Amino acid sequence: MTGKDEAELSGLLRAAIAGDERAYADFLHRIAALVRGFVRRKVVQGGVDPEDVVQETLLAIHVKRHTWRSDAPVLPWVFAIARFKLIDAFRRRGRRIEVEIDEIAETFAEPETETVSERDINRALEGLPPTQRSVVSSISVDGHSIGETAAKLGVSETAVRVSLHRGLAAIAKRFGRQ
Amino acid sequence: MRTEDLIKALDADARGKAMPMGKAWWLAVGVAAVIAAAVFFTTIGPRPDFMPAMHTMRFMSKFVFTLVLAVSAFALIRALSMPGASTRRAMAWMVAAPLLVVLAVVLELFAIPQADWGRRLIGSNMMICMTFIPLIGVGPLAIFLGMLRYGAPTRPVLAGAVAGLLAGGLAATFYAAHCFDDSPLFVATWYTIAIALLALLGAIGGRLFVRW
Repeated sequence: MTGKDEAELSGLLRAAIAGDERAYADFLHRIAALVRGFVRRKVVQGGVDPEDVVQETLLAIHVKRHTWRSDAPVLPWVFAIARFKLIDAFRRRGRRIEVEIDEIAETFAEPETETVSERDINRALEGLPPTQRSVVSSISVDGHSIGETAAKLGVSETAVRVSLHRGLAAIAKRFGRQ
Repeated sequence: MRTEDLIKALDADARGKAMPMGKAWWLAVGVAAVIAAAVFFTTIGPRPDFMPAMHTMRFMSKFVFTLVLAVSAFALIRALSMPGASTRRAMAWMVAAPLLVVLAVVLELFAIPQADWGRRLIGSNMMICMTFIPLIGVGPLAIFLGMLRYGAPTRPVLAGAVAGLLAGGLAATFYAAHCFDDSPLFVATWYTIAIALLALLGAIGGRLFVRW
């Protein structure tokens, strides 16, 4: 984390807010790497999956990017959000562990079943209305563009953009409520 | 979903534009002032001798207290709603309004014979004060809590309490134009209680509603 990073990243986010999509993708990739490093250093025991916190932070950065003042440094803003989301994750884990004690007692005698480490974001995605869910997963998981998604679902590009926007906002909100 | 995939979705949604936080706060405070004014003028309104009262120090001092509170709370809540923004200086300014009130109380105690202290403190309006400051302030408070949801406060309870102080400062500014009790002894007691009530309500609202 250097002054050069700071200058480059705030430049990228400024360009992104002005409408440069490539700058935004670049910004998000670099921020993801920085936040991943930060979260992994903080999470020393199990219980919290660092990648869940990274994803939640990226979503919060995205839906709250209007809270960044374009003349202020960007890294303090990013890490304040990451810290907030990390604390949130710890708080939730505390709550979840209490629930799990009962479940363990019941499932102890059962034969071993395969446990898949579910991403929190998948759970939030599954809770979306069908249209939003198919739009979000078409663009993210399947890697389609807005245009391809519109053609595949037989709706307009504007409708796809609206569903994507609402879907992401809903996922971000769901993260915060768990 | 891999993080790579999430970034694809976020990037595709890059076009969405939301009003920058700083600008949105000005809009919110404008709307809140209009609501407070509407409630004030349709219920109690200014006192009949408003114009002559403007020439007295005690009457005018009330607006100094309430406006200083509102302005300092506005600066602080803006900073609290934006992650990573420095709040230290805005936090320090929050002592300005209480200090001015304390100073005015001390001056009042020197200016008024001890026998009158009780009468000045109780005043004639305390129930109206304690009713109408929260009543005028509750609409603005709802708007400010909505703004905190729109923002990203990393300390939601504190931010909610400051929203209550801002709503309180705004409401008390209007209410001061109605109230006949101009003594700092009255203001320091009843205005403070009424504004603290809004701050408490704001803190609870911050705890319950300001999730992001």
